Amino acid sequence: MTSALHATDLGKRYGRKWALSNCTLDIPTGHVVGLVGPNGAGKTTLLHLAVGLLTPDSGTINVLGEVPATSAEQLGHIGFVAQNTPVYEHLSIETHLAMGAALNPSWDAQLARRRMHDLALDPSQHAGDLSGGQRAQLALTLAIAKRPSLLLLDEPVAALDPLARREFLATLMEVVADNEVSVILSSHLVADLERVCDYLVVLAAARVQANGEIEDLLASHHRLVGTRRDLDSLPTSAHVVEVSHTERQTTVVVASDDPILDPTWSVEPLTLEDLVLAYMSQAEEQRRELVRTKGGAS
Amino acid sequence: MNASSGVSPYQQIVQQVKSALRLGRLRVGDQLPTVKEVVGKIAINPNTVLKAYRELEHDGLVAARPGIGTFIVNSFDDTTYAAQRTLRRSLEVWIEKARRAGLDDESIEALFVDTFLFAPKEVVV
Repeated sequence: MTSALHATDLGKRYGRKWALSNCTLDIPTGHVVGLVGPNGAGKTTLLHLAVGLLTPDSGTINVLGEVPATSAEQLGHIGFVAQNTPVYEHLSIETHLAMGAALNPSWDAQLARRRMHDLALDPSQHAGDLSGGQRAQLALTLAIAKRPSLLLLDEPVAALDPLARREFLATLMEVVADNEVSVILSSHLVADLERVCDYLVVLAAARVQANGEIEDLLASHHRLVGTRRDLDSLPTSAHVVEVSHTERQTTVVVASDDPILDPTWSVEPLTLEDLVLAYMSQAEEQRRELVRTKGGAS
Repeated sequence: MNASSGVSPYQQIVQQVKSALRLGRLRVGDQLPTVKEVVGKIAINPNTVLKAYRELEHDGLVAARPGIGTFIVNSFDDTTYAAQRTLRRSLEVWIEKARRAGLDDESIEALFVDTFLFAPKEVVV
């Protein structure tokens, strides 16, 4: 089966700084994928590589089995909503839809019109007069009316108020329920991602820290709490994500497919937010360590 | 949906349907909302709803009729409905007593849960 997104050792560099490096991913189709990480982690870079707005400096990326943006046909399968859901301020909604129809052979005019009707938007209205939520809905409509097999969204709800955010995600989920479409969306709002996604990619410090189906990630990650100790006693199959010590207590977040049977640890499940934060803080700790060993040079 | 409950979203749907059946708010023959209706209302992943409906189907409580929808085909023992009314009434009386004794909401809930957990699990006849 073709992957929605397949990357091998993918990297992108701006000057001397790698915005994304050693990125290896194989995301199957049919998922709603959350791309989560702090600002500057490489989320936008990865999405821009996936739509062909950027070309890799190392490694390879395939989207739906093809190199991004190699043909008009390939691009026809991809819907993309860029950060801040850009639209043409001085053009009317009607003109946006007419442009969509002219540029996309697979354009579903009926779907586009129905969506504008459901949102009670007047087609003659200029996009510049729309609220943030309405503008995001217009951008989403333009992306889905071309009937894509893969929909990529870069922080689509970051600037929206809670109600507009909920409505946008509800619309997106209706689209997923109705069509065979895979979705990759970036966000730093873990609570939103937990509701709508079934697959997660954690990006931090330009690298993929963790990825997989959310259910599997939650089942394989544990928080261990016990009396203060070194970590030599952990089974070798356990990968330590994050460690913290107090005077008497040690807390460890581990990834392990095998259950932790050592009775001197109390084993607790992790929430998705805890899991994401554990990887993000570990990446940040490594960055600081690196800066310190370089003697404070940046 | 309660994100902080630690119960997975699909389990929450299963529990809500079961509790609606137990309380008589859903009856045999009723149709569950379609997957699209649910996700369009509460913005969750369609697979979460599908998974919950499949589990309810596996438990023999609902049946999916392709192209039409998912329907309740079975309920828990209906004979408990009548008893539920009197039981609810005596619980209300008990809660009133607890309030008058100065217990706050948290204490009332804690006392109920604690008593429930340590009560004998079966009726001795």
